[in-house]
Amino acid sequence: MNLDFDFAAEQPKLVQLLLGVVAFCAVVALLLLLLGGAPAQPRSRPLAATLLLRLLGPAPTRARVRLLLPLSRLLGRVPVRQRAWPQAAVLLAPALVLLGIGLVVPAVRTTVLSFMNGDGTAWVGLDNYAWMFTQPEAVTVLRNTLIWVLLVPVLVTAVGLLYAVVVDRTRFESIAKSLVFLPMAISFVGAGIIWKFVYAYRPEGSDQIGLLNQLVVAFGGTPQQWLLEPPLNTLFLIVVMVWIQAGFATVVLSAAIKGIPAEIIEAARLDGASPLQMFFRVTLPSIRSAVVVVLVTQSIGTLKLFDIVRTMTGGQFDTSVIANEMYNQAFRYGETGKGAALAVFLFVLVTPIIVYQIRQRREAAR
Amino acid sequence: MTTVPSTVTAVRPAAGSAAGRVRKRLTNRTASAVAIVIAVLWTTPTFGLFLSSLRPEDQIKSTGWWTFFSDPQLTLENYQEVLFGTSSSSGQMASFLVNSLVITIPSVLFPLAFAAFAAYALAWVSFRGRNWVYIGIFALQVVPLQMSLVPLLSFFSEGVSVFGTQILPAWELEGPARFAQVWFAHTCFALPLGVFLLHNFMSELPGELMEAARVDGATHGMIFRRLVLPLVAPALATFGIFQFLWVWNDLLVGLIFAGGTADSAPMTVRLAQMAGTRGNEWQRLTAGAFVSVVIPLIVFLSMQRYFVRGLLAGGVKG
Repeated sequence: MNLDFDFAAEQPKLVQLLLGVVAFCAVVALLLLLLGGAPAQPRSRPLAATLLLRLLGPAPTRARVRLLLPLSRLLGRVPVRQRAWPQAAVLLAPALVLLGIGLVVPAVRTTVLSFMNGDGTAWVGLDNYAWMFTQPEAVTVLRNTLIWVLLVPVLVTAVGLLYAVVVDRTRFESIAKSLVFLPMAISFVGAGIIWKFVYAYRPEGSDQIGLLNQLVVAFGGTPQQWLLEPPLNTLFLIVVMVWIQAGFATVVLSAAIKGIPAEIIEAARLDGASPLQMFFRVTLPSIRSAVVVVLVTQSIGTLKLFDIVRTMTGGQFDTSVIANEMYNQAFRYGETGKGAALAVFLFVLVTPIIVYQIRQRREAAR
Repeated sequence: MTTVPSTVTAVRPAAGSAAGRVRKRLTNRTASAVAIVIAVLWTTPTFGLFLSSLRPEDQIKSTGWWTFFSDPQLTLENYQEVLFGTSSSSGQMASFLVNSLVITIPSVLFPLAFAAFAAYALAWVSFRGRNWVYIGIFALQVVPLQMSLVPLLSFFSEGVSVFGTQILPAWELEGPARFAQVWFAHTCFALPLGVFLLHNFMSELPGELMEAARVDGATHGMIFRRLVLPLVAPALATFGIFQFLWVWNDLLVGLIFAGGTADSAPMTVRLAQMAGTRGNEWQRLTAGAFVSVVIPLIVFLSMQRYFVRGLLAGGVKG
């Protein structure tokens, strides 16, 4: 093993980091400087008046006043509203420029590209979309995405809700929630590796190193290559997503459960409601909006899912999903048109869900 | 799985009756059992990975990590190799760890500042068309990352040209300067959610406070710096930790804008590579995965309060 790691080779990167931070400070300082000029609103003595007084000097002569009076009238008529503009422009400029370059223009260009061929040289009409909905390999991708988006939100909500209910008001509540919440901090790539290890396969007869196959063997079964056999392999990938996201559902739903008024629970208890009745008649209806939030957020996240599939199977063995296929087409096979069409389709799928989410949020705010 | 015993009786037990007590205990027991099962299921995979990363190579590859309990052997060799090994098959993870840091810090700072500026303008500077600008930024949340990857990449590599005339030159960044591309991309993608979150917090600040400051002649710069920033510090922390976790854990943006080499690619890209090409080198994969997990875990645990608050405020980025 060769261990002479070259620390000096890392130095240019750190210099670059320093440059980045310096650039950041410079930009922020410049923006603040530009803002510092004018007052937020005319004070009792507006800017124009201040300026005039300064021009007049400490001992104004009659001639000077006569000279400056028309000027002051002119300045005085400038409406206040217009002066907010430059300030707003300074504050908004960085965000708007970046959003324009990074999201608005690209979104339009991608839409255009989706009607063109692989290298963007000729128009092909709707061919890319036709490919997406007719060719078997692409249809498999859409089918997998559908399976993901049907299962993940429901499973995540179910597990999260179950856990939130059973740990509610127990002695170990906060630590118990933290345990399930921790995977939220782990990257999808890291989680992919963790679970690939759980699914690891060794031929029958030899010692298993993967937990799942070990359990199967312990109960007398034969070890399986879990990630290689469709259609079950997609389900094994879905388990990973549920494992990561259940903590999110637990936290959101647990907060909602705590928000149910104590009188309602007390009243139900006095009426002798059984735990099951309590859950379905009292708890669930009271936290309906939180459940919707979890379902909707998870649907959006699942539609855009890329990392887990990419890390664990690379989209092989019929496990690819839209985001992964988009990456493959656009960046590995050079089929920009097909990649763009997949991206546009993703946009079309996600938009109604997000619009719904926003409406829901507004209603909740009311 | 059910949360409660399946026997549901319509009988109303008098409070404190023997039957009631028995049933209550049963309920508690089932609930605890369910809680324990879930907690174990959720922690075992990570624990197995961690334990494996500390076992000698030949053992990882031949026996399961649970054999550790009958035959405990620990070593730090895997970490040494995956971090500092220089052969092409080892991880060179130290290099990628540095990359991840260099990518993450500016990618958190820039969006934090720009989103805060924009959110302030949208909340407290009254100019015409303010609502439309806000709605516009807000609506950009629907644009998935995938929509902008190809065009943004060509923006970096070819510049901007309209009808054959070059308007902006290509960036043509080499070596460590490529990090700037990644910062740029992450900053763009973070803004819609950032502006939305910070605007939510800022617009809830009391209007009288702003009014008072204005009457006293404070400029927007002063109000922003001395009044608003300290008051929304928790919101900034929330968005900061979100963005940190997002960037640190991101694979897609790193894969496309940072390339795949030790020069600028983040750790996630390296791990995904290793999982693909060296899927059976578990001694490196387990140690490498654990290295990448440790830093976000520390950040997360120390700032969990802010994270939870952000989640409940609707801060989830797709």
